[in-house]
Amino acid sequence: MKVSIYRYNPDTDREPSMKEYEVDTQGKDLMVLDVLNLVKEQDPSMAYRRSCREGVCGSDGMNINGKNGLACITPLSEVAPGVKEGKKPLVLRPLPGLPVIRDLVVDMTMFYNQYEKVQPYLQNDTPAPAIERLQTPEDRAKLDGLYECILCACCSTSCPSFWWNPEKFLGPAALLQSYRFLADSRDEATEERLSRLDDPFSLFRCHGIMNCVSVCPKGLNPTRAIGHIRSMLLERGV
Amino acid sequence: MSIRTITFDAIVVGGGGAGMRASLQMAQSGFKTALISKVFPTRSHTVSAQGGITCAIASADPNDDWRWHMYDTVKGSDYIGDQEAIEYMCQVGPEAVFELDHMGLPFSRTEEGRIYQRPFGGQSKNFGEGGQAARTCAAADRTGHALLHTLYQQNLKNGTQFYNEWYAVDLVKDADDNVCGVIAISIETGETVFFKAKATVFATGGAGRIYSSTTNALINTGDGVGMALRAGVPVQDMEMWQFHPTGIAGAGTLVTEGCRGEGGYLINKDGERFMERYAPNAKDLASRDVVARSMMMEILDGRGDGPDGDYVYLKLDHLGEEVLHSRLPGICELSITFAQVDPVKEPIPVVPTCHYMMGGIPTNVNGQALKFSGGHEGEDQFVNGLFAVGEVACVSVHGANRLGGNSLLDLVVFGRAAGLHIEEALRQGMTQYEPSEEDLERALSRVNRWNESQDGESVSSLRKELQSTMQNHFGVFRKGDLMEEGVQKLAKLRERIANAHLEDKSQSFNTARVEALELDNLLEVAEATALAASGRTESRGAHSRYDFPDRDDENWLCHSVFDPKSKKLGKRDVNFKPKTVDTFQPKIRTY
Repeated sequence: MKVSIYRYNPDTDREPSMKEYEVDTQGKDLMVLDVLNLVKEQDPSMAYRRSCREGVCGSDGMNINGKNGLACITPLSEVAPGVKEGKKPLVLRPLPGLPVIRDLVVDMTMFYNQYEKVQPYLQNDTPAPAIERLQTPEDRAKLDGLYECILCACCSTSCPSFWWNPEKFLGPAALLQSYRFLADSRDEATEERLSRLDDPFSLFRCHGIMNCVSVCPKGLNPTRAIGHIRSMLLERGV
Repeated sequence: MSIRTITFDAIVVGGGGAGMRASLQMAQSGFKTALISKVFPTRSHTVSAQGGITCAIASADPNDDWRWHMYDTVKGSDYIGDQEAIEYMCQVGPEAVFELDHMGLPFSRTEEGRIYQRPFGGQSKNFGEGGQAARTCAAADRTGHALLHTLYQQNLKNGTQFYNEWYAVDLVKDADDNVCGVIAISIETGETVFFKAKATVFATGGAGRIYSSTTNALINTGDGVGMALRAGVPVQDMEMWQFHPTGIAGAGTLVTEGCRGEGGYLINKDGERFMERYAPNAKDLASRDVVARSMMMEILDGRGDGPDGDYVYLKLDHLGEEVLHSRLPGICELSITFAQVDPVKEPIPVVPTCHYMMGGIPTNVNGQALKFSGGHEGEDQFVNGLFAVGEVACVSVHGANRLGGNSLLDLVVFGRAAGLHIEEALRQGMTQYEPSEEDLERALSRVNRWNESQDGESVSSLRKELQSTMQNHFGVFRKGDLMEEGVQKLAKLRERIANAHLEDKSQSFNTARVEALELDNLLEVAEATALAASGRTESRGAHSRYDFPDRDDENWLCHSVFDPKSKKLGKRDVNFKPKTVDTFQPKIRTY
C-alpha cells in the first residue's frame, strides 16, 4: 500500500514536504502505528512519538487522512474506504495548529500550558482523615467521562477556536480537566476555579463546533463538560 | 571538555509512578529536584496498569489485615522475597494509598463511600486459611492511568522541575565508583548535558521489550538496568520474568487479572474450565506463574484453539453487560480494538505474555542501591549516590513471582520511602561526588560511539533478532541446552551490536539515536537474564525448567546476583527477619 507522510527535519530541510512510501501490509488490517513502524524500518530517520501502543498513553495523536486520531488504535479499515486495500493512500500529517518540531512530532508546549492553567489537581484544605475522604458512588460517577483523558491533544488541535487563540482559549482538553475537578465532591476550590474561567476567552470562545467530540479517541465529550461549566458560571452570576 | 552541567539536590530518572512518587516527596519538602523522562510523564508505562493496587485498607473486609497480605506476598514470591521489605510494603501500604486518595485519585467506590476493592490472584484471608480475599483497590480498570495522572498533577503543584523528552544515557561516577549524576540528551534539540546531583534515583521501569511478545510499552527497554550494568553495578534475580496469563493473542495487549477477579475464567478449545484441574482451590485466581504454566500445558497438550492451536480463551460474557461496562470498560474497548471480540458476547483469545521483571538493581527499603558483597545479609555495601525504585529495583518484594496489584503498591511505597530517606539524608548533609574529565568522557563514550559509526547492521534488524532469541530460548518453560544456545546467540549479538550503524546523525528529535541507545540496554538486560536463567538450576516461581523441575531450597533459597564485571552468577541471602511478625517459613506452594 501507499503511505504519504509529512516530513520535515529542521537540521536539513528548508521546508516541509510529503514523502511517499510503499509498505507491504500483506493485506492485513494493521493499525496505523504498525504501518508507521514498518516505514521506520525502511527509513529510520522518520520521527514520531509512540509508547503504549494500546491507546492509553496519548503519545501518537496525529492527523490521519484529514482526521485527528491515535495511530495505535486506528485500524486501516477505519481510516477511509480503500486504504486497507491499497486503493487509496494513507496520509499522515502532524496534529494541526501546533508548531512542528520534526516530521510528525509537534511542540505541545501551548497545549500543556493551557492544561496547567486550570490548576489540574485536587484542592482541599480541610485536614485529611486517617483513611480516604469518603465519596458516594453517585458522586464518583460524576467523574466518569472526565478523568479518562489521556492528553493526546487530538481535540484541542482540531478546534478552530484553539487555532485562533491557542494562548487565550483554554481549549477542550484543559476545559475537560477543569470540569473534572469542579465535579469532584472532594475538591473545595469551586469558586476560585470558576472565577478564573469568567472572562471572554478562557471558556467562552467555545462555539460548540464539536470537532473535539468527533475526534476524541476515548469517546469523551468536552463540549458537554464545557456546557456544565457554563451553567455553573451562569448560576453563580444570578 | 565542554559539557553543560546542571546541578540539583536530587535527580530522578523516569517519570512513571515510582519516579513521580519519589520526586513529589522531595519537591514537597523544598529540595531542588529534577525529573528526567524520555517521554512526557503521563505517557510512562504505569499508565497501562489496569486492575488496581493491592493493599489491606479494610474496605471490602473490615477485618482485613496487612499481615495476611504479607503472607500472600511471601508465598507468591516462592519464598525468595525479602520478608523485611514485604513487611514494610504491606504495613505502610494503607497510608500510601490513602495519600493517593487525598491527592485526588478517582478510586471507584463502595456504597459506604470507601475505596472499592476487588479480588485478585493469590489473595487470601487469615494466612491462606480463610478463603479468597478482595484486596485490590481500583479505579475501574484504569487504575494506573488514574494514579499516574494524579501524581503528575501533584508534581506540577509542588514545583518538580521536569525535563521531559530527555534521554538518560549513562551514569557518571568518580574513580571510587561513587555516583555523581547522569549524562542525558535532550531529544528535542540533541543537546547533551551532565545532570549533577547528590542523589540519583533510577525509576526507569521494566524491560519487557527484550521479548518479541510483551504487554509492555515500546519504551520499556531496561535503560536503568543497562546503565547500572555498564557502571559495574550488579543486578539481582534477573531470571525471574513474569508471563501474564492474559495477553490478547497476537497483539500482546494486557487484559487485567481483575477480569478473573470479577468472576471471569479461562477455557480451552473444548470449553472446559481447565484451571479447576491445576489449582482446585484458587482455580483462575491462583498465582500468575501457576496460571500461565497451566495455560501453556493446555496449549502444548493440543487443547489450544485457533489456526495454530496456540491460545485459550478468557470467558466474561456470563458477568453481564452492566458489570462489564461499569467495572471493566477499558477491557471491553481493548478487546474490540485488538481482538475484534466483544467480551459481552464472546470470549477473548489470550496467551501468556511477558509482563514484568521481578529482578533488577538490588536495594534496601530506602531504595539505596547495593553492591555485591559476595556474602550474607548485613554485609551489604551501598553504591554511594545511587538509588532505585519501582520495576527497575529489586527490593525484593516480588521474589520469583509478583502478585497482581503489588506493582502499583511497590511504586508508591518505595518511591515514597526513597524520597523520605533522601530528604533526611540531604538535611543531614549528603556528599556531592565530583567526576574528573575522564569520568565524564567515559560516560559519554557510548553515545560518541553511535554518533561516529560509519557502517554496520541496522538497529531494527538486530533488535528483532534479540527479541526472538529471548522469546525462543528463555520463555515460560526453559531447558539447559536450549538456554545455552541462547547464551551463545546473545554473545554474537553483543559483537554485532557493538559494530552496528546509526545512519541518522541529526540533532532534532532524532528517535533513531534513542532507539540505538535503547538497543544497548536491551542487550544488557537480555544477557543478564540469560546467564541468570541458565545458572539457576531449579524451578521456582516464574523460572520453570524441564531439566530441573523441582524447587531446590537447599541450594537456591536465595537471590541470584549477576556481576557485570566477571559475568558470573553469585548468590545472596534472602531476608527472613521481619521486624514485627514471625518469619514465614518456606512451605510447598499450592493454590
